[in-house]
Amino acid sequence: MSAPANDSQDYVGFDTITQQMERKFLKRGFNFNVILVGESGMGKSTLVNSIFSSHLVDSQGRRTAQEVIRKTTEISPVTQTLEENGVRVRLTIIDTPGFGDQCNNEGCWVPVIKYIKDQHAAYLERELKPQRDRVINDTRVHACLYFLNPGSRGLRPLDVEVLKRLTEVTNVIPVIAKSDSMTVEERTVFKRRIKEELVFHRIAVYPYPSEEDGEEDRLLNSSIRDLVPFAVVGSEEIIDVNGTPVRGRRHGWGVINIFDEAHSDFVHLRNFMLRTHLSDLIEVTSQRHYEQFRTSQLRQIKELRAQQAAAAASGGIMGSMPQQAPPQVPAIHQSMA
Amino acid sequence: MKEGSGEEQNVAPSVYSHVSRPGSHRYKSAKKGLPFNVMLVGESGLGRTTFLNTLCERVVIPPHEAANCEQAHIAEPMQFKHYTVDMEEDGMKIVLNIIDTPGFGDGIDNENCFTRIQEYIEVQYDNVLAEENRIKRNTKFTDTRIHALLYFITPTGHSLRELDVELMRRLGSRINIIPVIGRSDSLTPRELVLFKQRVMNDITANGIPIFNFPNSDDEEDEESVEENAELRAMLPFAVVGCEEVINEEGRPVRVRSYPWGVVQVDNDEHSDFDRLRYVLLNSHIADLRDRTHNGLYELYRTEKLSGTNVIAGSAAATNAAHVAPAAATAGSPTVQPSMLPQSHPVAA
Repeated sequence: MSAPANDSQDYVGFDTITQQMERKFLKRGFNFNVILVGESGMGKSTLVNSIFSSHLVDSQGRRTAQEVIRKTTEISPVTQTLEENGVRVRLTIIDTPGFGDQCNNEGCWVPVIKYIKDQHAAYLERELKPQRDRVINDTRVHACLYFLNPGSRGLRPLDVEVLKRLTEVTNVIPVIAKSDSMTVEERTVFKRRIKEELVFHRIAVYPYPSEEDGEEDRLLNSSIRDLVPFAVVGSEEIIDVNGTPVRGRRHGWGVINIFDEAHSDFVHLRNFMLRTHLSDLIEVTSQRHYEQFRTSQLRQIKELRAQQAAAAASGGIMGSMPQQAPPQVPAIHQSMA
Repeated sequence: MKEGSGEEQNVAPSVYSHVSRPGSHRYKSAKKGLPFNVMLVGESGLGRTTFLNTLCERVVIPPHEAANCEQAHIAEPMQFKHYTVDMEEDGMKIVLNIIDTPGFGDGIDNENCFTRIQEYIEVQYDNVLAEENRIKRNTKFTDTRIHALLYFITPTGHSLRELDVELMRRLGSRINIIPVIGRSDSLTPRELVLFKQRVMNDITANGIPIFNFPNSDDEEDEESVEENAELRAMLPFAVVGCEEVINEEGRPVRVRSYPWGVVQVDNDEHSDFDRLRYVLLNSHIADLRDRTHNGLYELYRTEKLSGTNVIAGSAAATNAAHVAPAAATAGSPTVQPSMLPQSHPVAA
C-alpha cells in the first residue's frame, strides 16, 4: 500500500488515483493489436519478433518449391499473452501474407481494409447492445506497420494507393525493414523523399500533431516524425562479437548490431511504439479512427431508417417496422465496403 | 542504337589492371568489335543501373533524377532504353548493347510487362528472318537479337515470387535468362547460400528454362565441363553494384560503405560480380551468342514458319501489329507484314 505523501490533514490524497488505476490495470491487463502490411520477404516477421523480443510469428513467406504461390491476401492473426513486471498484454499480431506478391496487385489491399473495419464494426456492435459487457474485448487494430521497399526511389504506386486507405482507418507507422542494404546517405535521401511524397499525397502517418500536446510532447513527436520512415534491421539471432552477445546480423564485411543507433533506427522504433506511445496508440485508435467509423456508421443507419420509414409511410410496401434491436452493423458495413 | 555512346570520360581507373585472368580464346576477334546485346530486367531499386555502370566502369546510365512528387508515383509504363558501350576485354573489342527496362514490375498491375518483353525479343528475330529471306540482302545489317537477359531477383530470402516465375517461364525459351540477385549485400553469407538453393529448387521444380551453363554437344575438354558445373553451382549470381571508389594501399577499390563495414564489389567473397562479368564478356560470350543464333532463333524460326506455337500466349499472331517498337531501333530494317512468309495466324 502506498503511503501518503504528506502527513498533514490538508492532504486530500486524490493523487493516489494513478496508483489505483494501475492496480486495476494490472489485474485486467490490456490488448494491443498490430497489423503488418508489406510484400513477402520485407522482413515483417523478423522485425516484430525483434521488437517484442520473442518468437511471436512465423514468417509466412514461400519457402519451398512445393508451396503454391498465393493468389490473394490472407489475414492471419496470432494472439499471445506476454507479461512484464506483473503487467499482462494480450498481443495480437496480424500478418497479411500474399499482399503485394502477385503480378497484378489490383485490390490486394481490400482484405486488409476490410479486416480493420470489421474490428471497428464488431466493437460498435457490442457497444450498442442493450446489455453490454463490462469490458469489451478490444480487437481493434491499434497500429499498422507498413513496410516500404528499400531501394525504391520513393513511394511506389501501390504504396500510395494502400497508404491512403490505411491511414483513414488506423495508425500507420511506415518502416524500412531490411535497411541494411542502404548506405547512410541513401537512407537520408530516401527518408526525405518519402516525407515529401507523404505530404504531397496528404497521407497522414502516426503520430498526428495535436493542439493538446505540451511542449515536451511536441518536441518528442517532431523528433519521431523526423525519423519516419524508420530504417530498421531486425534479427532473432544473438551473435558473439568478441565475447559480447549482440542481437544482429553477421555479414562477411562486418557485424550489424540492431541496437546500435548508427546502424539502425530499431531502438527508436521500439521505444516509440512501446515505451512512449503505446498508450497513445490505443487511445488514438479509439478516439480518432473508431469515432470516425462510428459516426459514419450511425449516420448511415439513421439514413437507412429514415428511408425505411418514408417507404413504409408512402406506398405502403409491407410497412416493415424499422428494427428496434441493435442494428446489424456488420451488414451495413459490408454494403459500404 | 547509339544512345549514351561510350565516348564519355572513363572516370575510374580500371580496377582490372592488377588482376590477371586466364584468357579464353573461344571467340574470333572482330575488327569492329563483337556485338553483344544484353537486356536488363528487374524491379526498380534492385541495382540494374548500378550494375551496368559498374560493369562498364563508367556512368552509362546517369543516376535517376528524382521527378517531382506529382509524377513520381504515377506508374510509368515499362520502357525500353538503349545504351551502347565500347568495351575491351582481354584485347578483344566488344560493342556492348544494353537494353534497360525501367518500369518493369513497378506498377500495380504488371501483367502486360511479360508480353511486351516477349514481343520485343521476337521482333528482333523477325527482323533477322525477314533479312534472311530477302533477295538482295543488306550487307550492313545490324543483328539486334538479344544474347542474354539478366533478370534481377529481390533478395527476399524466400522462394520465387509470382512475377519472377512468370517472367522466366514465359521468356526462357526465347532468350538466355541469367538470374541475378540484386542488392545481395542485404543477405548474410548463410542466408545467401540458402536463398540460392531455394531459388534453384524453385526453378528446377517448376521446369523454368534458364541459361544454366550447358555443356555444348561437342564439348571437348574437361576444364570447360568443370567450369560450367562450377558456374551452375553459383546461380543465381549475387551482385552488388557500386559507384564509390576508395583508395586502399594505393589501389583503387570499388566499394559500398556501411557503418558496420565495407563491401568490396570485386571481392569474390562479397559478391559474384567479377565472375558474372567474366562470364558475360569473356568466357561465355561466344556460348551465349551461339545459343541465341543457332538454338533459340532456330526454334523461333521453325515455329513461325511451320505455324506451330509451342509457347502459350506467344505474340506470334500479333507480331505484325506490333512492328512499331522495332522502328525505334535505328538501323534495322522495319519488318513489313507483306515481307514475312505467309504464316497462318496461330490460335494463341
